[in-house]
Amino acid sequence: MTATTPALRLEGIVKTFPGVRALDDVSFDVQPGEVHALMGENGAGKSTLMKVLGGVYQPDAGRILVGEKPVVMASPLEAKANGIIFIHQELSLATELSVAENVFLGELPRKRFGRVDWDRLYTVTDEILKRLRVGFDARTRAGDLSIANQQMVEIARALTHEAKAVIFDEPTASLTDAEKVVLFDVIADLKAAGVGIIYISHRMEEIFKITDRITVLRDGQYRGTIATAETDEEAVTHLMIGRALDLSRNVSHHEIGDVALEVRGLSCGKLFQDVSFEVRRGEVVGFYGLVGAGRTEIAETLFGLRDPTSGTILLDGQEVRIHSPADAIARGISLVPEDRKGQGLVLGMNCRDNMTLPQVDDLKAGPFVAEGAEVAIFDQYRDRLDIRTPGWRQLAGNLSGGNQQKIVIGKWLSMHPSVLIVDEPTRGIDVGSKSEIHKLLRELAAQGYAVVVISSEMPEVLHVADRIVAMYQGRVVRTFTSEEVTEDNLIQAISGIGGQAAA
Amino acid sequence: MTNETLRNLLKNGAIWGFIVLELVFFELAGQFLSLSDSAFMNLDNMLLLLKQSAPIGIIAVGMTVIMVNGNIDLSVGAIFALAAIVMLDSMNWPFMQALGDWSIPLAWIFALLTGCLLGLVNGMIVWKTGVDAFIVTLGAMLGYRGLVFMYNGEQPTYHLNWTMVDIAEADILGLQTPALVFIAVVVIVWLVTTRTVHGRNAYAIGDNREAAVNAGIRVGPHFVINFVLIGFLAALSAVAFYSGSGSVNPNDGMLFELWAITAVVLGGTKLAGGKGSIIGTFGGVLAIQLLRKGLGHIGADTETVNLVIGSILIVVLLLDRQLNRKGAEELKV
Repeated sequence: MTATTPALRLEGIVKTFPGVRALDDVSFDVQPGEVHALMGENGAGKSTLMKVLGGVYQPDAGRILVGEKPVVMASPLEAKANGIIFIHQELSLATELSVAENVFLGELPRKRFGRVDWDRLYTVTDEILKRLRVGFDARTRAGDLSIANQQMVEIARALTHEAKAVIFDEPTASLTDAEKVVLFDVIADLKAAGVGIIYISHRMEEIFKITDRITVLRDGQYRGTIATAETDEEAVTHLMIGRALDLSRNVSHHEIGDVALEVRGLSCGKLFQDVSFEVRRGEVVGFYGLVGAGRTEIAETLFGLRDPTSGTILLDGQEVRIHSPADAIARGISLVPEDRKGQGLVLGMNCRDNMTLPQVDDLKAGPFVAEGAEVAIFDQYRDRLDIRTPGWRQLAGNLSGGNQQKIVIGKWLSMHPSVLIVDEPTRGIDVGSKSEIHKLLRELAAQGYAVVVISSEMPEVLHVADRIVAMYQGRVVRTFTSEEVTEDNLIQAISGIGGQAAA
Repeated sequence: MTNETLRNLLKNGAIWGFIVLELVFFELAGQFLSLSDSAFMNLDNMLLLLKQSAPIGIIAVGMTVIMVNGNIDLSVGAIFALAAIVMLDSMNWPFMQALGDWSIPLAWIFALLTGCLLGLVNGMIVWKTGVDAFIVTLGAMLGYRGLVFMYNGEQPTYHLNWTMVDIAEADILGLQTPALVFIAVVVIVWLVTTRTVHGRNAYAIGDNREAAVNAGIRVGPHFVINFVLIGFLAALSAVAFYSGSGSVNPNDGMLFELWAITAVVLGGTKLAGGKGSIIGTFGGVLAIQLLRKGLGHIGADTETVNLVIGSILIVVLLLDRQLNRKGAEELKV
């Protein structure tokens, strides 16, 4: 395949952020008419790489070639002009405009005096839509379309340009099986037209069905490119995981106590159905599954951010109803949310105030907040969690990811909860801090907390959890003990392969 | 690091630097360009300045809390007028007249209750419907102003009570009642915002509502408290002002909301919420009043004053943006 000129080639791409080497010398190429899978765990550097390709980030070193021509892209518009087209996971349509206007957004065909050439706009768009074999026309309002059809509009957008390379980022995340078939047909058409395609997905099944080669990233580094036909799921999985970080299986040496949290047949609309599990004091229970499998939504329901449509929650054997985070906190349930900066911290506030935020009401001297008591709490948890900050006055937004996460964890520990739910504990955190956080979670369990860890990183759940609940499309597929679980049976369970029998 | 310190100083002390600049400029312009024959920076003039800033200033203090909380209140000018009407008109009621001078505190209470009630209505609507405060209070601004006109048509409402005028014009150390009320409000609300749980939570909600909810903070009650507070302060501003003048026109208080917001923004409060201070707003209020007075001092007419204040507001925000830029790596949107 190397005989032809690649559609797209990356050479030695490096991108660093303060404290993190997000991309470390990444090189690979995509041939015309090839579907090239890009794989790696969350945090492996895929999205950073895509932002470099899309002109959002500038690489610190390395170059990008489209065909034989090296290109420098200072903006997403320039990436598009160079024939690199993105189909994003998150749709960015102007929902009030027609499909045609969306397809040609920013590039509406014009007549004299700047008037829009509506006739041409609609005819050209309808031609493109016909190629895509979709059931709506150019005049439909974009907001009236299903998610799958909105994605088709994004693809239609790609087809208006002479695309050299099209990048699909988790395109099937919100599609039904029937819709997937249409999408794969479209990809096959693009392929036949000689376009190079980068296909990003976690779903092995799809990767092996439609791709020609697979490139794997791990911790920002290039781990190799293999022909899909000559490999199997196990080999790819092995490339994706397996790292220098200590991720040996955890063995509990302490006593496992009583059931702290029990969930029976919990459902929340279409988000998750009939979920049952229990968490004992002294135990870490991991939740593993693909993005969209319903794990975060379960945590949000337990924390009172969503109301369940059916099912029961029991704390220490007592049935409870939780309608708000305030309820959850009062009953001893804490949540360290997935998006630390967006949901966990008030970035413009100092470290101390962030840490005592849920309990300032209990720290009063007369009408005012007892700041001395706050500083005492901050100092205590700074020492206990080894939070590295110049002092409590430091704004939370100025800390590194690992220290920010410790502030959020400290915030809850200082409230002495019984159940601690941690959603993606190490997302966006550098490798060193990762192992510290893992150790901390284990210690908390040893101290008698019931800990729930939701993670998209398999090594993390394997390392940190006593038991693992595998989820697929809103359902619990199987609960593994740490003796039973292997990388293979876990990946199969969360990909919806074979695991159903054990439910 | 010195660069950083300088930057912080510029950011937080900018309004006070600006005030000094104004003082010096008008003093020099007045004396050396012979645009005025009196000194600008004399004590009487400065004491008067505080009194003149009081009506907008008291409202601006409330607006700061509202904006820190991530909301806005456009109805304060109408609340100001309605509270004034309730105060003056109630003193004409037969049972009130029978009370003699005891009707004064009662009339004040009626006015303040009116302000609290109107603020409560705003706050409850924002909380319970989830509609943006901008829209809710835009409606309230029109609606409350409508009530003002329904009360007495185009006619002014008046009631002259010399005891009340005496109270309004009483002074301590040369500061008349409105100025004293303004200063007291600044101090008390400053304590509320910096020292109480409510103040702390208001900042947290304005900075990151989702994180505040995740910390178990109930957002709605805090909104309501702040809307009641600003309603109360708008009414208090009316009490302080109309106790002395004794007559209110149905158009009084128009554009007060915009002047208050201007002062708050000049004082460094972010429109998006989460950042701002009462002391900064105090500076913003003084800066605007100084500018009005100063331009009058050197003989400029009112039209020029508005033009200059408008331009300065934009320049200040531009400077603020430059100072707050994260640098070249900032995401372009």
